[in-house]
Amino acid sequence: MSAPAGVHPRDPGLQPERTRLAWRRTTLTCTVAAVLAGRQAVQEDAGTLTHLAVGCSLLLWLAFIAVAHRRIRELARSNRPGAPRRATVAAAALCTVGLAAFAVGVVL
Amino acid sequence: MSGFVESLRLWFSPEQVREEGDTPDYRFSLANERTFLAWIRTALALVGGGFAVDQFLPDLRWGMRVTLALVLLATGALCSLRAVNHWVRCEQAMRRGVDLPVSRFPAALSLAVGVVALVMVVVVLVGWEGR
Repeated sequence: MSAPAGVHPRDPGLQPERTRLAWRRTTLTCTVAAVLAGRQAVQEDAGTLTHLAVGCSLLLWLAFIAVAHRRIRELARSNRPGAPRRATVAAAALCTVGLAAFAVGVVL
Repeated sequence: MSGFVESLRLWFSPEQVREEGDTPDYRFSLANERTFLAWIRTALALVGGGFAVDQFLPDLRWGMRVTLALVLLATGALCSLRAVNHWVRCEQAMRRGVDLPVSRFPAALSLAVGVVALVMVVVVLVGWEGR
């Protein structure tokens, strides 16, 4: 069972696939948070500040999806992908922090 | 504090880590990445919880509701910052071939979530209504 040159045999532990699915789960969780943020904007007493904060939250949600999508494609390209870039990891975390920050604006 | 600045610098300097030590088995790196993502999901769930408290407990007194929401949101933000920091430290430890970092954070987070849950139970039982 020899693989062609430059192509590694598939990892029997399916590590890249599991990691890809972990990113997918995380985008789903992010979507739930974004939907809850959007729900704030359609409430009766929502002011301009709330609309602005919710708009920023939705932009952050898009940014998170973009980061995750890039990483998922990277993972799909190789059977033995390396660690993600620090910028990828930092961006995912900063999107979450940003969501929390805008949420403070919405709640207050 | 200098430790914090140092780790902040490390977040954004990928070359520095890549050159240090040996590249670990890719499976270990991917496991570290999944652990990071699990912490991010925890953080997102806490942020979602903050929104939920604000939206689904409208009868609660304003101060109580906002305090609970802010505690959940702050914990979520802290959790995601700590997730990156822990990911960086684990990646470094694996490259250097040293023990993985240990942390009190999981215990502290469980206690915080437990306290918030208890407060919720008390609030629901006492029926702290008001405007």
